[in-house]
Amino acid sequence: MRPHFPCDGRCAGSAPHICHLHVRGDTMKKVQFNSRWMPYAFLLPQLSIVAIFFLWPAAEAVRSSFYLEDPFGFSSTFVGFDNFTDTLTSSNYARVAQFTAVFTVLVTFFSLALALLLAVKADKVLRAGSTYKTLLMWVYAVAPPVAGLIGILLFDQHVGPLVDFAALFGWKMQIGVNYFDTSFAMVVISVWKQIPVNFIFFLSGLQGISRSVQEAANIDCRSGFRRFWTVTFPLLAPTGFFLLIINVTYAFFDTFGIIDVVLKTEPGNNPVTLVYKVYLDGFRGNDLGGSSAQSVLLMLFVFILTIIQFRLIERRVHYS
Amino acid sequence: MSNITLDQVRKVYAGNVEAVKGVSIDIADGEFIVLVGPSGCGKSTLLRMIAGLEDISSGEISIGDRVVNKVDPADRDIAMVFQNYALYPHMSVYKNLAYGLTNRGMPKSEIDRRVKEAADILEIGDYLDRKPRALSGGQRQRVAMGRAIVREPAAFLFDEPLSNLDAKLRVQMRVEIKRLQKELGTTSVYVTHDQLEAMTLADRLVVLNGGNIEQIGAPIAVYDKPASTFVASFIGSPAMNLIETVSDAGGLKAKAGTGLQGGNPGGLQACTVGIRPEHLQVVEAGTPVGDGLTLTVKVNVLEPVGAESYIYGTIDGGGAPVVIRIESHQTYDINAILTLHAAAKDVHYFDAETGRRIES
Repeated sequence: MRPHFPCDGRCAGSAPHICHLHVRGDTMKKVQFNSRWMPYAFLLPQLSIVAIFFLWPAAEAVRSSFYLEDPFGFSSTFVGFDNFTDTLTSSNYARVAQFTAVFTVLVTFFSLALALLLAVKADKVLRAGSTYKTLLMWVYAVAPPVAGLIGILLFDQHVGPLVDFAALFGWKMQIGVNYFDTSFAMVVISVWKQIPVNFIFFLSGLQGISRSVQEAANIDCRSGFRRFWTVTFPLLAPTGFFLLIINVTYAFFDTFGIIDVVLKTEPGNNPVTLVYKVYLDGFRGNDLGGSSAQSVLLMLFVFILTIIQFRLIERRVHYS
Repeated sequence: MSNITLDQVRKVYAGNVEAVKGVSIDIADGEFIVLVGPSGCGKSTLLRMIAGLEDISSGEISIGDRVVNKVDPADRDIAMVFQNYALYPHMSVYKNLAYGLTNRGMPKSEIDRRVKEAADILEIGDYLDRKPRALSGGQRQRVAMGRAIVREPAAFLFDEPLSNLDAKLRVQMRVEIKRLQKELGTTSVYVTHDQLEAMTLADRLVVLNGGNIEQIGAPIAVYDKPASTFVASFIGSPAMNLIETVSDAGGLKAKAGTGLQGGNPGGLQACTVGIRPEHLQVVEAGTPVGDGLTLTVKVNVLEPVGAESYIYGTIDGGGAPVVIRIESHQTYDINAILTLHAAAKDVHYFDAETGRRIES
């Protein structure tokens, strides 16, 4: 909106008037407020949400990571870095971290790769293209626990079509019992849930590539495969980089619901991710101190990961 | 041999929209052909069909005696320069030039030689390591040209390559394109809506209108003998004066207004006469008509452009608008009535119904 303030007098020789150009010695680009507290007041709702739902719990987690709390929360003892050393030296923690790494790599890779493949193919569909695209985006509207439930049905021991399908090849899937089978189901469901998001971004990225650049490439390069890797893919890199961060975060944190449904909250010897372990130790094991220490480690890890991603990858990404 | 032949080429889009309606052109080896016409006349579609970027609905296109209807764009041995240059934004200038060669499996040393040579010709040697976004419009244009040159193709296709440049650069690049084409002797097809560009570049002009060819010919031949009122009004600036006339016992009369008198050499019923602005001479009132045309015109606007001036007027008695070229520094009063004469050889006659030229 344009500011409506009295002209500062730069409109030569004219009577006092409301002016869009000369507002209090500044041009109209900068809107001046009557009180210097006004802009802060506008920011307050957003800032308070960040403070209440992010900063405060984070600070609380950092605090309790240094304490040993009794299971009922009546007393707590300061134990310094004990929670951290316990966590880092535990072989169980190492195992879960390892699984989380593998899980994240698999989920990120396959959800990006499949979404890219689908987007490239959908971009070339001429007839009924929008129907096709809408169908591919549908899963996006499914909430993670619901996706987990649908996934569970597909992988069900007795009625799951995917289990039956695997049986055709002599693979007796035992979700929730066999470590590998359970991990497999988790990865498949997580990838399936994430593909639509990536698909939407990749598709809009593809449509953002100049048509004449693609035509120039058509003339310069016969092989569609080569053309994709030398022209289309590099030009999609900004989208891909953004999605990489989104997907790593997704695999780390947002798969919680899916994992929970697959495990039916009974992990036993089954694989869990670090985030799920935080929940297990804190709320099932009542070890709030250890759980907090793990969250703090996760926070640090994500922080470092983000810096590495921006430093290393952004340098090689072309932003047009 | 890299002649290009178009035989009854048609393009029909979905919904039965016919963009190109049976066009046939024979382009000789080394010839510079310019497709010119207003937007929507099908000139770009035609070029894109030669390039292989659009399917051919019917008819045949051959490049160097090979029918290319079903040949992949990369295998047609053509290079195209796009209106917005279409440079690969993520590649350096060097890689932009080399890309088409690398993909064809050319040895590195040969690629390097060709890129350096093209860079020398186009004076872009200093920017080879830069990305396109670090270049000015004119430099990008040169890189786009370079990408075509290094290929040493059978034909260059230009799709309005100068329309994104400012006026000064456009003239400069126009001269350069012409010089390069003559030097390399590569068959070229050039699309433009700018009649001046078309006139100056072409060995032969192809004037298109509504998917049909209006006229093919050397620029000066088209200028001297436009085949229709459309060509007459499109080629030449300011455009040819076109005045609708009717005939009576005394010869031709303007359909509207009173200020036109002329002989009727062909014994025509009704026709449109055309006179170029430079062929109208200001004469003393009462000069005998002779075998040409005499107009009386009311001056509306005088427009000096430096080397010459133009009078914008209307035929006396409320008739058609008329433009007259006069020598610079000559002045006439606004609203003055001038008597103008055009020699018989400079008057063009067009059919009143079809607009086609009538040879007299």
